[in-house]
Amino acid sequence: MQKNTFKRKTLPSLAMAGPVSLWMILFVTLPMLYIIYISFMSRGVFGDVVYKFSLESYETLLDSTYFKVILKSIKAAFVTTVLCILIGYPFAYYIAKKPKEVASKLIMLIMIPFWTNSLMRLNSWLLLFQTSGPVNNFLLSTGFIDTPMSFVYTDGLVMVGMITNMLPFAVLPMYSSIEKLSRSLLEASADLGASGRTTFFNITLPLTFPGIFSSIILVFIPSLGIYTVTDMLGGGKVLYIGNIIKNQFGSIRNWPLGAALSVLLIVITGLLIYIYTRFAKIEDMEVL
Amino acid sequence: MSISRKQKGKRRQELLGTIYSVAIYTILYIPVFVMMMFSFNNQRYNYYWNGFTTQWYAKLFNNSAVIGSLWYSVVIAVLATVISVTIGTIGALGLKKYEFRGKKFINNMLYIPIIVPEIVMAVALLIIFIKIGLSLGMGTILIGHCTFCIPYAVVTIKGRISGDGYSLEEASMDLGANRIKTFLNVTLPSIMPGVMSAAFLSFTLSIDDVVMSNMLAGAKNSTLPVLILSMNKTGVTPDVNALTTIMILFIVIAMILNNFIRNALKKRAKMEENI
Repeated sequence: MQKNTFKRKTLPSLAMAGPVSLWMILFVTLPMLYIIYISFMSRGVFGDVVYKFSLESYETLLDSTYFKVILKSIKAAFVTTVLCILIGYPFAYYIAKKPKEVASKLIMLIMIPFWTNSLMRLNSWLLLFQTSGPVNNFLLSTGFIDTPMSFVYTDGLVMVGMITNMLPFAVLPMYSSIEKLSRSLLEASADLGASGRTTFFNITLPLTFPGIFSSIILVFIPSLGIYTVTDMLGGGKVLYIGNIIKNQFGSIRNWPLGAALSVLLIVITGLLIYIYTRFAKIEDMEVL
Repeated sequence: MSISRKQKGKRRQELLGTIYSVAIYTILYIPVFVMMMFSFNNQRYNYYWNGFTTQWYAKLFNNSAVIGSLWYSVVIAVLATVISVTIGTIGALGLKKYEFRGKKFINNMLYIPIIVPEIVMAVALLIIFIKIGLSLGMGTILIGHCTFCIPYAVVTIKGRISGDGYSLEEASMDLGANRIKTFLNVTLPSIMPGVMSAAFLSFTLSIDDVVMSNMLAGAKNSTLPVLILSMNKTGVTPDVNALTTIMILFIVIAMILNNFIRNALKKRAKMEENI
């Protein structure tokens, strides 16, 4: 009898859920635990890891140079998120109010540019805004400016890259939450004499808030860890947390410090997800 | 009177919405068109527009570094897709169907690679690989890509498994089919749309990936995105623009064909249903 249960239940569940579980434990759980462990070690003279408990790396984070970068990254991620939400919401609203077939085509139209390599799209902004690029040429020929402006390698151009790369991740969750909004509620509100604005702030906005919060998470967290945008458009002059982490594991070789910065990102991520799960289910986050 | 005014207001709102959306679409498409335009630029580096040429398309096939890195990317993407979709499909079914200790833990683990910034996952894997003495190269990039593709595959496919209590599978087994036959003939066809979108997603995530590939690559070969990133100090050369232009056209045509075939199949299924 016992053998029968094994063959009927244990064996198939092991065969099916086993590989994915094993993969997750080996390549997600273990590396995550190990990086937390490394963050509490210290750096040797030759860039090696000295396996002795220390809070050195976390103290270094509070050091003004690193702390400034952390604050700058958080600020940039925050501005990116706010702008993506503000720009994306009306856009998502417009698409969600279209008939279903039109809406799905419009969504498709958002996705197509994103099948172009993201670095090449970033590079395009560089080509457009470089010293002898089309934008400067246009401004020069129309007489707006006398000498070419230097857009490249500035925080502003990095922000353009961040927003254009992140916008779809803000639009999609908001689109699906607006689209799910029942029409009858809005009609009831209008019938009861509420103005368009009142209906929006009292019904539409609160009911689509989970979508907005999904967007916040899907834009804020990746923006915080990104280094490709700053590498391509910042030319090494603009540094975010992602660049610092990458450098610690590359040229600078300070693993514990890089690990501590990674732990910081994990903690911020965990905190945001915790807040999110207070009022919505994580399965509904529309990550896809 | 008031109704017509209301209608007028609505029409104006609609017009504003259209203008706004066209503006957003323009901003999203500008980088793509600029990228395409500069693939025809008659200059070794894209510093300014220097006249029209198609030479980069011809020269592309002589530039072994660019084509080599493209093949490297494609091989990794295909392998990552096959591994992730296989593990993801049976994993999604297993996680949906069976209850076991630690299932909630695995479900939570699946969200980590999706949500935590990729650089964190990449360096975490890097130090583990170095610790156990795995040499960096295609194998490590592949593990990295699968680590974020598998969760996406599981989530996508899980969403497609109907919650009807496996009556079809039970019927199939009652009729004498074994587990594997049932899986191939009953379960798999019912979740096929999910499997296909998981495959598409895995492939695009893998082929476009920079962060994992950059961290986990050895000194020898690099994927196309890593090559582009390394070019950025001197400027990306127009032949890469040409290659990317070909790739985007290829994807768009594939999508249109896919849509076309899907519609045709739907029509045929409907006709068969009517008969």
